[in-house]
Amino acid sequence: MTYKTSRRGFLTGAGATVLGASVLPFLKVLPASAAAGDVVVAVTGQTINSLDIQRTGTNRPSYQVAVNVYDRLVSFGTKTLEDGSLSYDYSVIEPEVAESWEFTDDDMAIVFKLRPDGKFQDGSPITAEDVKWSFDRAVSVGGFPTVQMKAGSLEKPEQFEVVDEFTFKINLLRKSKLTLPDLAVPVPMIINAKVAREHATEDDPWAMEYLHKTPAGSGAFKVASWKPGEQLVYERNDGWTSGPVPAVQRVVLREVPSSATRRALLERGDVNMSFNMPNKDAKELSGTEDITVATTPIENAIYCLCPNLAFEPFKDKKVRQAIAWAVPYEEVFQTAAYGRGAPMWGGPSTAPADIAWPQKFPYSTDLDKAKALLAEAGYADGFEVPLSIDLSQSDWMEPTALLIQENLAKIGITATIEKIPGANWRTASLVEKRLPLHLETFGGWLNYPCYYFFWAYQEGHLFNSSNYRNEEIETLTSEALHMSVEDPDYAPKIKRMIEIAWDEVPRIALWQPALNVGTRNLEGYEYWFHRQLDVRGLKKA
Amino acid sequence: MAGRLSTVGLRITHAIPVILGVVVVSFLLTRALPGDPAVYFAGAAADEQSIAEIRTALGLDKPLMEQFLIYAGDVITGNLGNSLSTGQPVLQDLANRLPASLELTLTALLLSCGIAIPLGVLAATRPGSAVDHLCRVLVTAGVSLPTFFTGVVLIYVFYYLLGIAPSPLGRLDFIYIEPDRVTGFYLIDAAIAGDWETWTGALKQLVLPATTLALFTLAPLARMTRAAMLSALSSDYIRTARAAGLTEDKVLFTYAFRNALLPVITTLGMVFSFTLGANVLVEKVFAWPGIGSYAVEALVVSDYAAVQGFVLAMALLFVALNLVIDLTYTLIDPRIGFETK
Repeated sequence: MTYKTSRRGFLTGAGATVLGASVLPFLKVLPASAAAGDVVVAVTGQTINSLDIQRTGTNRPSYQVAVNVYDRLVSFGTKTLEDGSLSYDYSVIEPEVAESWEFTDDDMAIVFKLRPDGKFQDGSPITAEDVKWSFDRAVSVGGFPTVQMKAGSLEKPEQFEVVDEFTFKINLLRKSKLTLPDLAVPVPMIINAKVAREHATEDDPWAMEYLHKTPAGSGAFKVASWKPGEQLVYERNDGWTSGPVPAVQRVVLREVPSSATRRALLERGDVNMSFNMPNKDAKELSGTEDITVATTPIENAIYCLCPNLAFEPFKDKKVRQAIAWAVPYEEVFQTAAYGRGAPMWGGPSTAPADIAWPQKFPYSTDLDKAKALLAEAGYADGFEVPLSIDLSQSDWMEPTALLIQENLAKIGITATIEKIPGANWRTASLVEKRLPLHLETFGGWLNYPCYYFFWAYQEGHLFNSSNYRNEEIETLTSEALHMSVEDPDYAPKIKRMIEIAWDEVPRIALWQPALNVGTRNLEGYEYWFHRQLDVRGLKKA
Repeated sequence: MAGRLSTVGLRITHAIPVILGVVVVSFLLTRALPGDPAVYFAGAAADEQSIAEIRTALGLDKPLMEQFLIYAGDVITGNLGNSLSTGQPVLQDLANRLPASLELTLTALLLSCGIAIPLGVLAATRPGSAVDHLCRVLVTAGVSLPTFFTGVVLIYVFYYLLGIAPSPLGRLDFIYIEPDRVTGFYLIDAAIAGDWETWTGALKQLVLPATTLALFTLAPLARMTRAAMLSALSSDYIRTARAAGLTEDKVLFTYAFRNALLPVITTLGMVFSFTLGANVLVEKVFAWPGIGSYAVEALVVSDYAAVQGFVLAMALLFVALNLVIDLTYTLIDPRIGFETK
């Protein structure tokens, strides 16, 4: 790209302008007292299309509004990773709107005590009534929010009970370790029910139209202005009751579709953050003076090559293993991911030592082994197969597919690359599951191996695009899914599941993807499993 | 004058079947696209039940004919539906984005006309001269450099290296408040409000993208001007005018140029309509919230309402544009009239 030689230029010219744009307040609206460090400008390539995560058609980038503008009963803790960057901590659940909680004696209900001083952004108190209304909404509106609630065994309004003004009870359908963490994901946000009810109509009992454009939450930030396709401006909620009031007054999130332009803006110092940078830019900018690039491997996510068991040659385990031995892992990782993320190949043993997930699959590039396995399976002369990729993810899928195609040719398999338009990809790969050999990207929000297996290895589930079915995995996954991690039976079950998944390889792991965020004069960026920007902890350096 | 008004009315009525056709065709074409919006918008972890719920919510489970009737009924009442990808009513999206595109395209065209027409005229009057060669170089460069490339190079030089241009962040840097909306054109709205600070800010943001587009649109205009001027200058009436001893200026502008304008106007109309839809790449590079990138994004995710709204808006715009161009013809050349048809 054109910016390769540009560091010289930026060192001489940009230093002086670093503060330029980000410091100037809005010319007409900001009070003169607004200090220089109070405004953060971030750029992203994606559009926020709704301020309500529970609405039909709300896209992923919009989830950040639920995080920044609304609170949940509980949240996750924060930890510092090895490279010094911050990440949420899955193992710690912290209070947010709820002050404390406890399980009843039979473990079949959780009772939450809300903060008595909890206030919504309009100043009205956060009551158990609001929590119930919000949860009823999440399980009733259908689509994504309802599915996500169900993952935590939160399925019907009858489960949610108002005990008194500040006491809220969830009756559990089953004991599950997923319930409490599922309350900390963006979906079960707490909405100001009094405001929402005022705007509900007979056709629209859950005030979908109103909340779509007008948030009614208690979160650390308010939405000061929102122009879809252009920008979203967050304004601090000085009366935030669920945590320490944020350091920055205002966050301007600007949409810039071209990644080259985003990079130029960050390098010139006109913005403080470029969220979700391409791997290539992250690689080239890391180590640059003044710019910090946080590259966090995305938890519980793997980029995979999936042979589909509904098609003849892949019914044979040996053929799948042959392909797993044929993939040029290192080249793929360096070319398609620019080495950002974590390798998922070359594991030392066919039996896992622990229950970490994802962990390295016991395959590496060994064409002789691949050929031998193909011959054993009776495909010594190879076969032909289409290798499908998603056009909207062609940045990494295309180089990956080309490299795999090249190596498959060496073991006699002729793969033709089939490009599928983005709008059609989900239908073809996940819903109809009709692609013989394809790339897949599932990552689970709830960070447990059994949760990954539930979505990606159990038959009929959405991300099991390989049409895989194994009786033992079916049983083990269902047993492990709700079981406590401390249970002595848990680890052996998970190890067995991983061992089967490695042996039968319906999903061939390529690498664990990473989320890249470049910051400048900015501290406090924290990685979250939802991969969206949490602006609450940001501070100007 | 009354005659002209009635012919304008007649022309507008002629447009009605065109619009009706566009409504039907855009409806059918979007349905023929591959892809299933219900699946797409059901989100990452959707199961079959939630996809079905969304299909019902979007009305996509109804038979095609019924969907069409609902759509047609809505269009008549001025309701173009809601865009799924932006979450806003399509009408509002178009009202926001069309002025952005128009402002950019019109500025670019003004700029390119300002350069291309004098250049073409000069090149035609001095064939083989340095001006003629300059014209040829510009035209070749304009045609052969793709807009996204010119855009990135301009950003690199003027923003990144020299630091003269403002950050390529769309129509206004975030330090400005957008002017009160009257026309949707920031330059005009800021001028109406008398807010010259914002006006300058908006103009600064316009310069680079408009130059990019102007370089691209310059080529056909300069070529057409040159060719039309050459053929006009070699015609009999020019020889007669010269023989009659008229001044060179009179010959050049009153006789040659006026006659050469017709094909130039035609080209201008074509270039305008083409650019409006085709400046997607410029919009992407400069984060310009225009209609081209809107339509492409909508197409990618099979956002039916947005695509149909875009096609309909474009159709209406073209009908208006053709009318304006036809009227301009009659102004330039009195021999052309609607009455002759």
